[in-house]
Amino acid sequence: MNLVINEEQQMLKTSAKEFLKNRAPIEALRKLRDSKDPKGYDPQLWKEMAEMGWASLNIPEAYGGMDFGFVGFGQVLEEMGRTLVASPMVSTCLVGTSIINFGGNTMQKENFLPRIAEGSILLSLASEESNAHRPLKVSTQYSKTDDGYSISGKKVFVLDGNVADYFVVTTTDASNASANGITLFIVDAKSEGITIEKKIMMDSRNAAIVTFDNVKATEADLIGEEGKGKKTLEKALDIARIGLSAEMLGSMQEAFDRTISYLKERKQFGVVIGTFQSLQHRAAQMYCEIQLCKSLVIKSLQAIDTDSPMLPYMASMTKSKVGEVLQLITNEGIQLFGGIGMTDDEEIGFFMKRARVAQQTFGDYNYHLDRFARLSGF
Amino acid sequence: MDTTIQTDLEVFRMETKAWLEANCPESMRTPVKKFEDIYGGGSEATFDNEDQKIWFERMRDKGWTAPAWPTSYGGAGLNKAEHKVLKEEIKKLGCRSALWSFGLTMLGPALLEFGNEAQKLEHLTRISRGEVWWCQGYSEPGAGSDLADLQTRAVDNGDHFLVSGQKVWTSYADKADWCFCLVRTNPEVPKHHGISFVLINMRQPSVEVRPIKLISGSSPFCETFFDETVVPKVNLVGGLNNGWTIAKYLLTHERSMIGGISEAGQQKLLSQIAIEMVGLEDGKLADPVLRTEVAKWLINGAGIKWSMERMTDEAKAGAPIGAKSSFFKYYATELNKDKFELMLSMGGFEGLQWGEDYLDGKLARDMCRTKGNSIEGGTSEVQLNIIAKRILNLPTK
Ligand SMILES: Cc1cc2nc3c(=O)[nH]c(=O)nc-3n(C[C@H](O)[C@H](O)[C@H](O)COP(=O)(O)OP(=O)(O)OC[C@H]3O[C@@H](n4cnc5c(N)ncnc54)[C@H](O)[C@@H]3O)c2cc1C
Repeated sequence: MNLVINEEQQMLKTSAKEFLKNRAPIEALRKLRDSKDPKGYDPQLWKEMAEMGWASLNIPEAYGGMDFGFVGFGQVLEEMGRTLVASPMVSTCLVGTSIINFGGNTMQKENFLPRIAEGSILLSLASEESNAHRPLKVSTQYSKTDDGYSISGKKVFVLDGNVADYFVVTTTDASNASANGITLFIVDAKSEGITIEKKIMMDSRNAAIVTFDNVKATEADLIGEEGKGKKTLEKALDIARIGLSAEMLGSMQEAFDRTISYLKERKQFGVVIGTFQSLQHRAAQMYCEIQLCKSLVIKSLQAIDTDSPMLPYMASMTKSKVGEVLQLITNEGIQLFGGIGMTDDEEIGFFMKRARVAQQTFGDYNYHLDRFARLSGF
Repeated sequence: MDTTIQTDLEVFRMETKAWLEANCPESMRTPVKKFEDIYGGGSEATFDNEDQKIWFERMRDKGWTAPAWPTSYGGAGLNKAEHKVLKEEIKKLGCRSALWSFGLTMLGPALLEFGNEAQKLEHLTRISRGEVWWCQGYSEPGAGSDLADLQTRAVDNGDHFLVSGQKVWTSYADKADWCFCLVRTNPEVPKHHGISFVLINMRQPSVEVRPIKLISGSSPFCETFFDETVVPKVNLVGGLNNGWTIAKYLLTHERSMIGGISEAGQQKLLSQIAIEMVGLEDGKLADPVLRTEVAKWLINGAGIKWSMERMTDEAKAGAPIGAKSSFFKYYATELNKDKFELMLSMGGFEGLQWGEDYLDGKLARDMCRTKGNSIEGGTSEVQLNIIAKRILNLPTK
């Protein structure tokens, strides 16, 4: 498959760039942060993004979506990464939509997808329980009751948990914990028994600790079959890993572009610092690493669109490499800006902070290097 | 199967496959053990065995030693799509390359671009027929990375030049019939503007070559001395003092080629080699640190391969590769060095053996040879300079 985006995808990219430059520059994130915004994102902005169809790029037309394909969706994500937009895109669209779309029944799709497309509801995956990404190790339990199910457990690092309308929660069967199956429920965030403790992360976005204490659910809230949620979860996570990598690719390119511009403008010893060969070589090496990331990301986006059996490998290759390189680029960014790079006034630091959160989200470099090796049989 | 309409290309594929199956001897379908197993041609060349000879002659007569060159120059005139099919079928059957030489890979493309008709007719035909061995005379003792500073002089002497000077690192000059060479034709102008690209017949008494032994133990390189060597003016390519343009064109070509080598030679995945050499424990490579390194290498290997694909696609869409070949060259050669370091470490004590024969100690020798990957064709540092200046536009002063 050709590794160049087509005209339609290019148009979407260009319009996303324009829109975000005007409507959601990094200055907007700074404002959200400094005003201690309780939501941590701008609902009006999200509404406008949904109106342009961005919340429905991966929703089938039958459910009010654009069904644009992930190569196209990736272009929007990349541009969002460039301006570090704080939005529910990752939690709601990459993860939420994917879970409903691949694991939900027709009723659930009809119920949730059109509302996601419109931008009127937000979803969030409540999956993590330990201090690092271990999605398949679940101890939150459900037990059967007379009129349905009851869920209890504690989830951490629930992205946008403080603003979500619904949680997709991963659970295991209390009566059969050793079976190791995962069961997915979708529950209203306002259900009795749910406590949400908002945490602000270093990227100024929110991730909550969500406690489920005998939360009621019915048969209709079950996504797929009992004990069989692993496949849906893994697929949604792989899609989210790739989508997030596209966002991270945008951030690394922007941080790199800003660093290169600075090298061409800052003067020391009577010359611009970009004339120093030690800095030129570091810049050239970063350029090379970014090229690899670009290729991995577009290949992976294509793998989603073609429903490739290689998806899990691709996701792990891409997420690990992109995480590694984003760390390099954001660190070099600060170093090459010198003292200015350490100030809160200069925006380069925002990239480093977002990077660290994105790196750990859905599995970091170590997690995915290990998973890639395991999937490859060594 | 219902075979109704077939495109011309499918027919070509079927014919190609049938021809290769009928004509490629069994032993020529086994992996080569060392580079020298591939026939290189030249006036002094001998065949290692009868199969190698048969395979070469059949491919030559078919025009498939230079499949994309016009038939008038001994090629087969294949278009891009056909050439791709041929390469794919050759790969599927595991056929060895029937002929490989600098003439085919380097001088050929330069002559096609810059040579005149007489030069193409004479030299391309002899290259595709494997009749001459060419070497590349660029580097000099005082002109390596700063190639344009070369001092070998070509003095105008009527209908010919007299060339004097010393070249070094001339790969396989001891076997060479001819040399494509950069010489200074005007010392008065800035260095890039006084260089010409000439073709020198090595079979004359005024040319002397001395082999240099490498850290791998083999001696494919030479020092080459010219002492008033006669070069008829018909052997000037692309016009007087225009040599730097050709040199740059060729270097770009060479870089993409060196960049592609690490992949072409790959028969087994690095993870497979690691499993065989180190073994698994509980389904994981027994050495956990090595496991991480191998995983990382494989991801980078896929990344560079897809980057070359992507940039080729982008070139078709109108964004020329240009200086990006420096990225391929830099990254792929550094990766290839890493790969051999990893393999040497997997190879353990046995991998360190160094016998008299190249094959007895192949891993250690091959590993030594890879160190040259980031030097030949322009060093890694030079590639990074090019990326910084020509792609990132970082200023010089
Ligand atoms: C295996 C092999 C095959 C070869 N085959 C041929 C051949 O067939 N024909 C031919 O003509 N030549 C050939 N060469 C020569 C090759 O092109 C040169 O070795 C190469 O260009 C480097 O030049 P040098 O050896 O003089 O190193 P130098 O230029 O002296 O470099 C020494 C070190 O200084 C660094 N350096 C130099 N300039 C800069 C700079 N501006 N910025 C930063 N660092 C710098 C280099 O990167 C290197 O690390 C071959 C070399 C090898 C290793």
